[in-house]
Amino acid sequence: MSPRDRSVVPAADFRSYYGRPVVRPPVWRHDIAAYLFTGGLAAGSAMLAAGGDATGRPALRRAGRLTALGALGASTYFLINDLGRPDRFHHMLRVAKPTSPMSMGTWILSAFGGAAGVAAAAEIGPAVLSPLGRAGQYGAAALAPALATYTAVLLADTATPSWNVAYPELPLVFAGSALASGAGVGLLAAPVREAGPARRMAVLGAALELYGAHRVETTKGLLSEPYTTGRAGRLLRAGRALTAAGVLGAVLGRRSRAVSAASGLSLLAASLATRFGIFEGGVASAKDPKYTVIPQKERLLAQRTTTVTPSRGGSSSPITG
Amino acid sequence: MGADSLFGPLDPAPDAGWTAAPPRMGFFTDTSVCIGCKACEVACKEWNAVPDDGFNLLGTSYDNTGGLSANSWRHVAFIEQDVLTQTGRPDINWLMMSNVCKHCTHAGCLDVCPTGALFRTEFGTVVVQEDVCNGCGYCIPACPYGVIDQREDDGRAWKCTMCYDRMGDGMTPACAQACPTQSIQYGELDELRTRADARVAALHADGDSRARLYGHDPQDGVGGDGAFFLLLDEPEVYGLPPDPVVATRDLPAMWRRAGVAGLAMAAAVVVSFLGGRA
Repeated sequence: MSPRDRSVVPAADFRSYYGRPVVRPPVWRHDIAAYLFTGGLAAGSAMLAAGGDATGRPALRRAGRLTALGALGASTYFLINDLGRPDRFHHMLRVAKPTSPMSMGTWILSAFGGAAGVAAAAEIGPAVLSPLGRAGQYGAAALAPALATYTAVLLADTATPSWNVAYPELPLVFAGSALASGAGVGLLAAPVREAGPARRMAVLGAALELYGAHRVETTKGLLSEPYTTGRAGRLLRAGRALTAAGVLGAVLGRRSRAVSAASGLSLLAASLATRFGIFEGGVASAKDPKYTVIPQKERLLAQRTTTVTPSRGGSSSPITG
Repeated sequence: MGADSLFGPLDPAPDAGWTAAPPRMGFFTDTSVCIGCKACEVACKEWNAVPDDGFNLLGTSYDNTGGLSANSWRHVAFIEQDVLTQTGRPDINWLMMSNVCKHCTHAGCLDVCPTGALFRTEFGTVVVQEDVCNGCGYCIPACPYGVIDQREDDGRAWKCTMCYDRMGDGMTPACAQACPTQSIQYGELDELRTRADARVAALHADGDSRARLYGHDPQDGVGGDGAFFLLLDEPEVYGLPPDPVVATRDLPAMWRRAGVAGLAMAAAVVVSFLGGRA
């Protein structure tokens, strides 16, 4: 049964102000969706590099270190380019604010950037940098899980209905997607004799991502709908198909460099599609007032039927419509 | 900042670190006496030098502003409802309401701002510092009311300041000053809440059972609004969310979920590198 065939929630009757959105859709452009991918790619690659170095697989180490820095550079570009005032990007560093996932992310990204930069410099620089590079590599790998998952908190900590409601599972989707994209780099860059860990990473990452996405698409009632319809639905279905193809190629193509590389590419494309799909799903949920109004009305109704004396309404008599 | 700072009733200015803060100030917008003159919209633009937002005919009754935005900090909503009179004659019921930033006790925009551009004033209101904002846009989806917005040709986020500059001099904000019917009332929030309760009781006594308060309750999902309303229909009819909740309420749980996912990631990498033959 495809998501399209599943009847999600019966169309409920609701009122709005001339159909205008209640919450405001994000003003973020596709830079931010692209950053979700490149940030995850940087994290997955840094972990690949650390694992490769620790187990004597130099191709994985090299590809991981260089990709981590490249993806980090792209991330920085996307993030600054999306600002309304790019020349003020350094204002992000004025404060460290635990209630702001973006502030926390800025510091995670900055620390990761330093570590990944050292690791990549050691990879292409003189041998004397090697111990420093190793320290940077493990530092980046230690920060990578935070880098890969904070973006899920960043999206969820908003009034955007379908992002907010998905907060328990979005980190799983992003963690899995980051692992799968890191694995994709390994499959693309390493010879088959070194690529074993990347194959296993691909399987585990895909499992996390598919499980999380399945939960997001099926357990949120009306708020799952934006993830299964329209552009978001197409992107997420494409992501799932590419993930499946990538995992299949990674497992079955263990003797073929070409098949491995193709599956690596497929995993990277899958991660990109999934990130854009999650991004678009949230935007769609903010644009239609029904996704804000109906779940909130249902919540109020549930509160009123479970409590004998209405707790909302203060000293005035509550009037229900 | 205690754990309760993220949710529940509190006095926001002392919670934000102000010592000897003045009483919390607010707006009580009584829509039952709004006549839709838009003097509030005009006075706000004049005082705050807010740019025009286009001269459009939207086809939405007398509302050609559309909604609150970076360039509209007060917005008068016009709702025309087809009704039948007591004698069965078709009639039009008019609802008008001047909307504004709610200056929430728990303000999502303020919580998520990564630069410190948004801050809590000594009066308990929420204001953007235009010399600090770098236009990251995070406050915009964080607002459960869809109020704060990015100005297109400027890049920064803008919204109602409750005329912070006027308040500091003991003056009434421009919109409330200009309102000819006292639909917009400005004052100490505690006093406004008492006044609003009395107004609802009076309307009920007069037989208007539609009257209800919105945003006045410190137990609600944003800890109560600094700018609250008397409405004559359900909130969504005016474009307001029926049960807004600040997203930051669940932020500790969100970080825990991210932590679990991060640990799963680390475990997956360890298993991948140590778990196989090849």
